[in-house]
Amino acid sequence: MIPISWYLTLSAALFSIGLFGVLTRRNAIAILLGIELMLNAVNVNLAAFWRYGDVNQITGQIFAIIVFAVAAAEVAVGLALVISVYRKKNTVIAEEIDLMKW
Amino acid sequence: MMSFSDFTTILPLVVLTAWACVLLLVDLLIPRNRKGITALFSALGLALTLGLTIAQLGRQGSGFNDMVVLDGFSVFVNALLLVSGLLGVALAYGYVKRMGLERGEYYTLLLFSVAGMMLMAQAADLIVVFLALELLSIPLYILAAFARPKVESEEAGLKYFLLGAFSAGFVVYGIALVYGATGTTALSGIVAAIPSSSTLMLTIGAALILVGLGFKIAAVPFHMWTPDVYQGAPSAVTAFMAAGAKVAGFSALLRIFATAFPSLGSSMSDVLWALAALTMIVGNLIAISQSDIKRLLAYSSIAHAGYILMAFVPFGNPDVRAVSVAAGLFYLVSYAITNFGAWGVVIALEKAEGRGLALDDYAGLGRKYPALAAAMTIFMLSLIGLPPTLGLVGKFYLFRAVIAGGYVGLAVIGVLTSLISAYYYLRVVVIMYMREGEPTTTSEPYLNMTTAFAALVTVIVSLVPAPLFAWASSAVLKLF
Repeated sequence: MIPISWYLTLSAALFSIGLFGVLTRRNAIAILLGIELMLNAVNVNLAAFWRYGDVNQITGQIFAIIVFAVAAAEVAVGLALVISVYRKKNTVIAEEIDLMKW
Repeated sequence: MMSFSDFTTILPLVVLTAWACVLLLVDLLIPRNRKGITALFSALGLALTLGLTIAQLGRQGSGFNDMVVLDGFSVFVNALLLVSGLLGVALAYGYVKRMGLERGEYYTLLLFSVAGMMLMAQAADLIVVFLALELLSIPLYILAAFARPKVESEEAGLKYFLLGAFSAGFVVYGIALVYGATGTTALSGIVAAIPSSSTLMLTIGAALILVGLGFKIAAVPFHMWTPDVYQGAPSAVTAFMAAGAKVAGFSALLRIFATAFPSLGSSMSDVLWALAALTMIVGNLIAISQSDIKRLLAYSSIAHAGYILMAFVPFGNPDVRAVSVAAGLFYLVSYAITNFGAWGVVIALEKAEGRGLALDDYAGLGRKYPALAAAMTIFMLSLIGLPPTLGLVGKFYLFRAVIAGGYVGLAVIGVLTSLISAYYYLRVVVIMYMREGEPTTTSEPYLNMTTAFAALVTVIVSLVPAPLFAWASSAVLKLF
């Protein structure tokens, strides 16, 4: 069997790529994609921990389902907000949505 | 198997959620120009739930296989959240009408958000914590953007959403690591499994949860979204968000760290110390240069997150944990009430198109509307922590708890930053009384009631704080 550390490395890499995307991308949609990547990294982790832990305790699986269900709800709201901003400002570039600053 | 007692554990929550779902349907039958009825129904639901919550006083228990818990702590926090919800509805009632935002969803979204916050206070399993976090956040994202197509509000909603979803990613990754380290997500199971689990993974997991919830409570350096969101969102939403989201975030933080991770106390306390100190310093310093009242209150809310965080620093020390939890709860009450009052005054002065929000617009308020100016003075004094207000009593208990925990340096930083904060809070008072101006305000019965209620509570409870503090002291966490 592949050692669990491989899965954890994969998940950490996915999370880091997502994090990098959120911090560097300027497009709101791309930022959203980065966030999704972070959440999916979590799912990889949860599935791996479930499989390598007590297989009869399905906490990890349930949690993974909850995470992607909640992520879907979140994205529905998020895309609605993006569209709403786009209609008004004709842009989804984060730096151009900058009415308020200190 | 589910049993009836599972439901009685979270009875107020069940009632509130069902009420919100039904209200969503009832709202369809209410004509477009009479959405005030929806507001009254939602207030009724909150009041009913508050009654049920109070009836749970003194009861203890857990339900759904220890996923949710009922204890003195949860009852106290739930009562505070429901009062916040009621005040939020009262502030919104006239405001949304005046600003042309009166849509029925406003109140149902608010109810769902309160339900999420209550679930957060009762969560005894990390999965439920995550679920509650999302349930309270998603309605708030929508509410922040509720003034669409006003660009500021949409921008606030989008920023809040992006940062909120980002922080949720941290929380859930942290939870996954804790699950990996201990093999369970139940707080009770985590405590039991800690001695035999990987400390590194557990510590990273706990730190990531702290980062994620740090975004929610707006602690420095995770505060960047706060001023923009608080400024752009409709004021009534901001008032509710500032109080409710903070209370819920802190209650989750407190429950997770105090019940599941007391063994990490020695390594986490330093981090929390730095976080609290940084939040107090940065929040108060940047607030000095603000000329917009909403941004000023946003930075003030960041600074107060720092004060409340002080109560967390000794969480791993069993001797002072009880007194610091009580002090933290007391401070949350004092902050929530004062916050609603201050936002009530802001809403009274705010005009459509975002006018009436500069500090200069408060010039002459003292002469023209002495009652409103007096109320604002009380709230500013309370935010500084001067007598005769709740803010002083709250800070007193808080500093006492911190010193009892052996963190004298942190208490000194707290006192010094309070002194700095006096500068910008008192500036509002000086502008109100010393400068000439012709401010105009809107007088609405529910708004006036909220402001008056907040002012009275701020003063009266500060004179007899013992009963509230006794309640906060008895609101102990159920430990496993």
